[in-house]
Amino acid sequence: MAEFTLPKNSQVKAGKKHAAPAGAKNLRTFQIYRYDPDKDENPRLDSYDVDMDTCGPMVLDALLKIKDETDQTLTLRRSCREGICGSCSMNIDGRNTLACLKPIEECKGDVKVYPLPHMPVIKDLVPDLTHVYAQYASIEPWLKSDTPAPPNAERKQSPEERAKLDGLWECILCFCCTTSCPSYWWNGDRYLGPAILLQAARWINDSRDEATGERLDNLEDPFRLYRCHTIMNCTQTCPKGLNPAKAIGDIKMKMVERQG
Amino acid sequence: MTSKPGVLRSALGHVRGLGSAKEGTHHWWQQRLTAVALVPLSIWLIASIVRLSGAGYAGFVDWFHNPIHASVMILFLVASFHHAQLGMQVVIEDYVPGHAARIVCVTAVKFGCFALAVLCTVSILVVAFKG
Repeated sequence: MAEFTLPKNSQVKAGKKHAAPAGAKNLRTFQIYRYDPDKDENPRLDSYDVDMDTCGPMVLDALLKIKDETDQTLTLRRSCREGICGSCSMNIDGRNTLACLKPIEECKGDVKVYPLPHMPVIKDLVPDLTHVYAQYASIEPWLKSDTPAPPNAERKQSPEERAKLDGLWECILCFCCTTSCPSYWWNGDRYLGPAILLQAARWINDSRDEATGERLDNLEDPFRLYRCHTIMNCTQTCPKGLNPAKAIGDIKMKMVERQG
Repeated sequence: MTSKPGVLRSALGHVRGLGSAKEGTHHWWQQRLTAVALVPLSIWLIASIVRLSGAGYAGFVDWFHNPIHASVMILFLVASFHHAQLGMQVVIEDYVPGHAARIVCVTAVKFGCFALAVLCTVSILVVAFKG
């Protein structure tokens, strides 16, 4: 359902200011969304002055520096710090991306950091991903084949068949795309969203998979698939440079192809 | 997702819901087909109106007496109303919350577009045959 204003208890208030240590000269201000579920308070925007002379180049470096040196209560997900795990996805400078891949110097003015949009927030920059993970499970993201694998060898795939998975297998499930999609914001309870549909395409295009038709049947739905209106936010925001909009378009074309 | 009070259904059960509707492609494809059809039809209509500018009421009526002009005009109107009701249905499904309200709005749009398409078609035929 479309919501154009934040509910009263989600409106973001001004927060605390944390000044940089004395003597710091090269300062950048970070404005960070804070929400504590244990307190009966609205979310707030805290601001932190960070000394860039002693900080790494990426937004994640600054967030971890703040957590280490200024405010240990700041909560975020992170793991690999090199764009492979997809944990530190958040909204930085108005765009969904990975904090570990986003250079601070690319941000204009104060660096604004929010959690992924339109998701329930567990704490600070940590969104609740239960629903998107369940949507991922619903497309059954594993190889389905009635033909047994050769007893002493792998299932074979030609280079051409393997090439069809390029641009699909690289997705790290950070959900930057899904949470940038207005159609997902309005109808995320039933629309699967770009990340999950790209994953669905990854299995639909796998030459070793024998459940292609069953997978298409599962997506043949006005809400699961056809809420995509080619808004293209997904492709524009993907921190891995993938094209979920094209993957969704390919699924739609396969739906048409099998009808005649 | 934080579950609502009184709802303990699993997340996967909620996502699977009532299952796939097993339709959607036809609607989507019809939208594309009508859009493609409307490109030449719209150009033809605009060009015709420009050509007839200054011809007056009698000139337009006379133009409708040509069966090709009347037929293409009917095609344009039927494609337009079909395209409009398909598109409006998507907009309503996007923005109108609640199943009951959605059905009421979609039904109203479909009835309205169908009635207008019939009215326009009959009007063109009346002009074409009677003038």
